[in-house]
Amino acid sequence: MRFAGKLRRQGWVRVSLLRRLKTAAPLALLLAACGCASDSGGGVSSVRMAAIRSHGQLICGVDGQVSGFSSVAANGRYQGFDVEVCRAVAAALLGSGEKVEFRNVTATQRFPAVASGEIDLLSRNSTVTLGRDAPGGNAMSFAPVVFHDGVGVMVPLASGITSLAGLGGKPICLLSGATTEQALTDGLRRINRRYVPLKFSTIDEMFGAYQQGRCVAVSIDRSALAAQRTTFAVPAAHQILPAVLSKEPLAPATIESDPAWADAVRWIVYALFEAEEQGITQANVAAKLAEAKANPKLAERRRFLGVEGNLGSQLGLGDDFVVKVISAVGNYGEIYRRNVGEASPLNIARGPNRLWKEGGLLFAPPFR
Amino acid sequence: MGTPSFAAKRLPVAALLPLKRLRAQLAPTVADGLLSLGLLALIAWAAVQLFGWAIGRADWAVLQLNSMLLLVGRYPLAEQWRLWLLGGLLAAQAGLSWGLLRAWPRADRREQGQLWPRHDRIAVVVIILLALLLPAGLRLAGPLQGRWGLLAAVLLALRWAAGRWAADHWGGRLHRRGLKLLGLLWPLLYLLGFWLIGGGLGLAAVAPGDWGGLLLTVVMASFAMALSFPLGVLLALGRRSSLPVLRWGSVAYIEFIRGAPLITLLFIGQNILGFLLPAGMSPDRVWRAAWVLTLFAAAYLAEAVRSGLAAVPRGQLEAARSLGLNQAQALVTVVIPQALRVALPTMVGQFIALVQDTTLLSLIGLLDLLGMARGIMANPEFLGHSSELYLVLAVLYWSCCAALGLGSRALERRLDPRNLAGSP
Amino acid sequence: MNGTPWWRDRRVLPWLLQAAVGLAVLVLVALLMTNLVRNLSAAGLLLSWRWLGQPAGFDLSETLLPFDASMPYGRALLAGLLNTLRVIVIALLGSSLLGALVGMAAFSRNGLLRGLARVYVEVVRNVPLLLQLLFWYFLVFLALPDGRAALQLPGLVLAKSGLYLAGFAGGSWQGPQLLNGSWQAPLQLSVEFGALLTGLITYIGAFIAEVVRGGIASVPRGQWEAAGSLGLHGVATLRHIVVPQALRVIVPGLTNQYISLAKASSLALACGFTDLYSVAETTLNQTGRAVEVVLVLLAAYLAIDLLISAAMNGLNRLVQVRER
Repeated sequence: MRFAGKLRRQGWVRVSLLRRLKTAAPLALLLAACGCASDSGGGVSSVRMAAIRSHGQLICGVDGQVSGFSSVAANGRYQGFDVEVCRAVAAALLGSGEKVEFRNVTATQRFPAVASGEIDLLSRNSTVTLGRDAPGGNAMSFAPVVFHDGVGVMVPLASGITSLAGLGGKPICLLSGATTEQALTDGLRRINRRYVPLKFSTIDEMFGAYQQGRCVAVSIDRSALAAQRTTFAVPAAHQILPAVLSKEPLAPATIESDPAWADAVRWIVYALFEAEEQGITQANVAAKLAEAKANPKLAERRRFLGVEGNLGSQLGLGDDFVVKVISAVGNYGEIYRRNVGEASPLNIARGPNRLWKEGGLLFAPPFR
Repeated sequence: MGTPSFAAKRLPVAALLPLKRLRAQLAPTVADGLLSLGLLALIAWAAVQLFGWAIGRADWAVLQLNSMLLLVGRYPLAEQWRLWLLGGLLAAQAGLSWGLLRAWPRADRREQGQLWPRHDRIAVVVIILLALLLPAGLRLAGPLQGRWGLLAAVLLALRWAAGRWAADHWGGRLHRRGLKLLGLLWPLLYLLGFWLIGGGLGLAAVAPGDWGGLLLTVVMASFAMALSFPLGVLLALGRRSSLPVLRWGSVAYIEFIRGAPLITLLFIGQNILGFLLPAGMSPDRVWRAAWVLTLFAAAYLAEAVRSGLAAVPRGQLEAARSLGLNQAQALVTVVIPQALRVALPTMVGQFIALVQDTTLLSLIGLLDLLGMARGIMANPEFLGHSSELYLVLAVLYWSCCAALGLGSRALERRLDPRNLAGSP
Repeated sequence: MNGTPWWRDRRVLPWLLQAAVGLAVLVLVALLMTNLVRNLSAAGLLLSWRWLGQPAGFDLSETLLPFDASMPYGRALLAGLLNTLRVIVIALLGSSLLGALVGMAAFSRNGLLRGLARVYVEVVRNVPLLLQLLFWYFLVFLALPDGRAALQLPGLVLAKSGLYLAGFAGGSWQGPQLLNGSWQAPLQLSVEFGALLTGLITYIGAFIAEVVRGGIASVPRGQWEAAGSLGLHGVATLRHIVVPQALRVIVPGLTNQYISLAKASSLALACGFTDLYSVAETTLNQTGRAVEVVLVLLAAYLAIDLLISAAMNGLNRLVQVRER
């Protein structure tokens, strides 16, 4: 009976402890709720930026499985276009492009992951749409478009199909959970055609099924079509139809409730465009900076590189954030070339992703 | 198919000549003979296809260049010595256990007292082949090949030494102490492993986000196994409790978890938990997934333990109580051990399922073995080599799961009351 | 009460403990829910079900319900559910049959057959289903030839474009026919469906084989011998003596396997089949209603699970009742 008494006493202790916990929990909650808004960047108040600084790392959501945009190299390093956008932001905020923690997010997870604060920045070739931007939809805040794409369709030359109308009633391979699906459905409905959708969860599987002849066409962003075609045994045996089914502007995204953070990301991306326009590259940024410091007449460049004015501090970044970004990853053109352009196996033409001066769509508002 | 019978077991097979033995095995009747021929042709065809592909068309460079990525993911290169050290400790501990347990007397084993019984000899050959030929065949870097060889050497040397020592001190106090120490060393090594992998306390911390490949798969599976076990036992006891709130709570939990596909639970853990907890309070995503796996496995384990509890006669509890033990003592010392022995095969079945369930982690963006492999497949340098990677993955998962099954059967035989006579 | 304070009373204490645990759970749930509502409203994602009635805007292949892109999300989810149910029912029957055969093969006189049954179970049980589905789809079904070269069996044609089965059409029995280079048949299945079914049936079949083998092994050998000495034929022994006894052990084991089959079917996307999970994923992406869609998924699978449990419990009672 002594045992029983002891147990009972212990049970009692446990109960009272629970009670104490219950009263303590709301207190902890309050504390957690109030631990906000302590900023360290030049009077700019951003919960997210403060959190990133105290964490010492930018948490960046990427796909992780798209050739040229994000994948893991044999030495374990993340590489790709989307990855370098993350590195650029990390360089601006934390001074080093290496202070990034990459997290693979799936198409389904990406927006909840941003909304719940799981990731600081989403750089996972996501299309900007009204539904994703609007507060009543996915409630994202999108940075400028970093890659202009459009949904296209690829068919084997041997199939004899030359236009969308030829796809009626045919099986088409698609990626599940991407905007492709809606674009293709809309495009074919316009011309009163239906098709048989075959959905896959990864690009690899989708193109695998296409190459094995399961579907007569495969549909995804045209950049990805071009990229994957280069890996086929006979690339010339496949044709990308001229029809562009939709606009797919791909952009990084942040949480809507933190406009200061969204502004910072927006201008970091603009800085990539602007640097290309001013001819500032990873290799010559130090020289250009020295030049700007020495020559007060180069006012535009001096402002851009933070030699004069306080543009960076206004964003809550350092005034020299552009220098840090370009030293870490280079300008937009360099990022493009390395990962998806002629210096990569994918070799996708710049197309609409040229600067506005060269007839493209990339345009940065003035840095002043 | 023939009539199910025990005929095959009754035949004095060993006494027949090899050819006759073959005939008795393969073609006791004409129909069976035809069936056997058909099956043999099928097996031969599949083997030819597989080897033709593996030697002719497959390109194993993808494996050669990414072997460390598959094994440990993006674990920082500078800290990988910790993993090799852990591998060495594991090999040492395994060799020690193998040697000490080797001579455990069992009624069902004929080859008692030998230092290297037949099964052990086969295992030694397999280990040597794996540690020497595989890295060499993949043309891994010299130091890597050396390390694999060293691991195997440590394992085998300690197996030999411990085996000799156990034979000398058989059944004595020292041997008994050694065995007890062994039971203590494994959990210790497990904790040490977490420290070595994760860092802290003087070692550079390596965030869980950087663990990957086989390492992450093993960490996740073992973590979930270790923690789901006590949880499962508690839930099983709760389900049999006479207190209605506890009982119905346990039932509701078990049935809810068992009715939901793991992928939806993982999804909740990854995406919706962030909304449930106050901002900034939710743990790292890797640990969240680990806890979801644990809570998931606990429900299944609870059912396995419950079936074990049901198999323990009520008289056992009553007898224990009448000896003066209280309810808790009776449960812990008398009922639960018996229940666990009965439930062992089912529990290990659940553990095997758990190892396989870790593949779903790749669907929520974690870099487990499958997730890592898919990341490698997306590397522009290795496009189009998914078959090679999938085959390797299948072999790796198969080995992990088959090893668990093998271990379980060995443990089952060992714990069988009929075989326990004479153990120290 | 002879002076025992109420908090040490044997009859009060358990209830007190239960009340405390119950209260703690309730408070925890309430706390989480408050957080959920607060966080969701902060993110502009408060629970709402209006999206169910909005047009889906995506198409589905091979549905039992007629469906096109202008129909609402609710109907898309229903079509997905029906596809899931179709997979579950057929795979359930198939894996039971395969499992029973392989389970009995473990007792065959043919050594090769016994060995093969063992190897099949050991290989299939120990490789994750996701990998097996990829194998069946990409390496087996998509490697099938098409058109005239398709694999033709009596009443069944296996081609890359689909599986074609003989059946009744227009009142007469019809086999698959080749018309203008494409196959036509009364019953057509896609290779995605075929691969998913094959994968599920072989995977779950291996587990069921183990359940069946265990069940048969649990029947004491004396029962076989006694039946033999009564002059019963092998098949008759199996039917009248062994199976009724083995079923008592087999049925509870089957329940678990059927439930895991139902949940495993959610991996259909790996081989391109549109099931409930796949539709839900697309819906979630387009509407952004994560919590609601997951609730729908959980409710649907829980209902399927309860249905299977209830049916199998009924069967179990039927089997156990025979004990006299």
